[in-house]
Amino acid sequence: MPQATLLIRRGVAGEPPRHDSFTLEFEPGASVLDGLRRIRAEQDPTLAIRYACLNANACKECMMVVNGRVTYACTARLEEGTTTLEPLPNKALLRDLVTQIAPPDERF
Amino acid sequence: MRHFTTEVLIIGAGGAGMYAAIEASRQGAGDVLLLERSLIGRGGATVMAQMTVAAALEADDDWHFHYQDTLTAGRGLCDPALAALLCEVGVDVIREMEGWKVGWARDGNRLRAVQAPGHDRARCVYVDFLSTGPAVSRTLRTQLQRHERIRRLGDVVVTDLVTQEGHVTGAVGFDIASGTPVTIEAKATILATGGLTRLYRRNSASAHMSGDGFALALRAGAKLLGMEFVQFFPIGHLAPRMVGMDPIMWDPFRYKLGGRLLNGAKEEFIDRYGGTDEGRYTTTRDLATYAITQEVAAGRGSPAGGAWLSFRHVPQATLREAFGPVIDKLAANGIDLTRDDVEVAPIAHYHMGGVRVDTGMRTDVPGLFAAGEVVGGANGANRLSGNAITEALAFGKIAGAEAARAAPGPAFSPAAAAEALALVGAEGPARNTAALVVALQAAMADHAGPFRDAAGLARASAAIAAIRAEAGPLPPGAPGLPHDMVRLDWFDLRQMLLVADSIVAAALARTESRGAHQRIDHPETEEDWRVNLLLSGDERGLDITRIPVPEAA
Ligand SMILES: Cc1cc2nc3c(=O)[nH]c(=O)nc-3n(C[C@H](O)[C@H](O)[C@H](O)COP(=O)(O)OP(=O)(O)OC[C@H]3O[C@@H](n4cnc5c(N)ncnc54)[C@H](O)[C@@H]3O)c2cc1C
Ligand code: FES
Repeated sequence: MPQATLLIRRGVAGEPPRHDSFTLEFEPGASVLDGLRRIRAEQDPTLAIRYACLNANACKECMMVVNGRVTYACTARLEEGTTTLEPLPNKALLRDLVTQIAPPDERF
Repeated sequence: MRHFTTEVLIIGAGGAGMYAAIEASRQGAGDVLLLERSLIGRGGATVMAQMTVAAALEADDDWHFHYQDTLTAGRGLCDPALAALLCEVGVDVIREMEGWKVGWARDGNRLRAVQAPGHDRARCVYVDFLSTGPAVSRTLRTQLQRHERIRRLGDVVVTDLVTQEGHVTGAVGFDIASGTPVTIEAKATILATGGLTRLYRRNSASAHMSGDGFALALRAGAKLLGMEFVQFFPIGHLAPRMVGMDPIMWDPFRYKLGGRLLNGAKEEFIDRYGGTDEGRYTTTRDLATYAITQEVAAGRGSPAGGAWLSFRHVPQATLREAFGPVIDKLAANGIDLTRDDVEVAPIAHYHMGGVRVDTGMRTDVPGLFAAGEVVGGANGANRLSGNAITEALAFGKIAGAEAARAAPGPAFSPAAAAEALALVGAEGPARNTAALVVALQAAMADHAGPFRDAAGLARASAAIAAIRAEAGPLPPGAPGLPHDMVRLDWFDLRQMLLVADSIVAAALARTESRGAHQRIDHPETEEDWRVNLLLSGDERGLDITRIPVPEAA
């Protein structure tokens, strides 16, 4: 069975980031978000990600940096081999792949 | 800890919550707090709606016709007064949205409408291309910003309501971004938390549809009805894997282009179950779900376990004209409809049941209102397509107005919030709560889907009990940390388990088949069962009472 490895930058604000690597079975057509959700259920539930709509590409909550490029985890395809994932660089880090994306007047 | 004081608290910022906020402000509420666990207007089902919105807008239509269709689809269980409000106030809100420039597709002066299954004429308007939900959300967000008295607050999840002397006086929850506990005191609280489809493995809705509102309502002493009626959308996309499109996307294709639904042997089959297909889209959701599931069970399914949907007879130019950029998105997924059939199968989509309300969207508990999908009764045992957005907006409008006028209850007492706050601050042993959510989804899909029997429902009950035992009474890990998903999943699971209890209990009690509830061991629809099942209680025990369906006024 071909495999996909996700190398994920993790941590909360103010601590040095660490990189964790997760390997899962590669399923053709699956999205990066599919892979992240599987990792949470099967390997590490503490991995923090943010998403709402799963498929529709409507909520725009799942934005992150995939192989150096800002994109949506739910539309980026999982690939064979290693994919690196990082949180958005221009937003305040909350945890792992989650950044503060709510407009300033809609949070506290 | 943070404490907020407001006149009207609205929990959930989908179509219902946003409309409620606008209306409460217009009706003179001193201040309105619109609270959302995700982003305002982006976290729920509203932004995902791709299809149509039903309302009797044209001169040759009348809301009474729409009402008749709604009652027929509801298989005898609609609350006629709520169905009438949906259809009548629905016209006003859809027109108001038009005034707010939502951009319904039009031909000159006339709004373009399609005829969705179960409607007696073309009355379903939409925004091209597959953009109804995003357009509705964007329009309401813009309107919200014009009301200074509305405070919008995202990233806050409500975990419990606060009750005093049988009144709801506020809510408790936490800020997901920081982990900070939150209390809110409010004269009136509106639940606008949407549906429960996250309880099922294959579902069309968002990660936030854990059914929180149903559980919050029960724990506060309100009552639920119709919990056995979970709507499965018959032709959810199954294969090949697509990204960037919601699995319910084939519905608009069927409205506009017909398409053919075929079994594994590529034969039409809906006619064997009393429907008609012939390239036209007329079969209601409950019947289509039944027919596909039966074909699969008889070994006549498509390779991935569903049915084929074919548009191969539709010319490329027609496809392009009807769906423009969507055809390119399909191409990016390797799908060419002139060449490829796709596989579809039923997928959890919407909840007919919910919180019992009166025509002012008042629940059984003073101080607590409900609006949108979380409300039960308007759609009976089966919902017409296009009715849900209309319901969200119309009921949101009514709830907002009534909440603004609500008589105040007792003054908020922090002591009444103490227990809920203690849970938010509690520290329990580590757990893989994400895995427990997946286990619950599997149990519900396998044993409490559209087709149930007593043995399967007993298995669902046992699974719920086992998952509850494993989740334990306390949220895992230390409180107060930023975006802690293990704890968030635990709080979600707590609500999901109670909601699952209520679905299973109602499904077990209803020993007949009707609409979205099909009992394999009780296949007939029984006239004696033209009653509602009313639920109250919590995880320590649910009470079920049979109550008559309200008569039309
Ligand atoms: C993919 C899809 C397509 C659809 N297409 C159509 C269509 O074409 N036509 C139609 O009529 N209907 C359609 N529906 C159904 C319709 O979209 C919904 O029934 C309707 O939008 C519900 O609106 P709502 O405001 O009640 O809930 P939602 O829009 O779901 O909003 C509820 C909000 O409450 C928030 N929330 C939940 N729990 C909490 C909590 N504890 N604390 C704080 N916030 C909370 C959620 O994050 C969410 O933002 C579709 C549904 C889906 C899933
Ligand atoms: S999960 Fe909603 S846009 Fe990606």
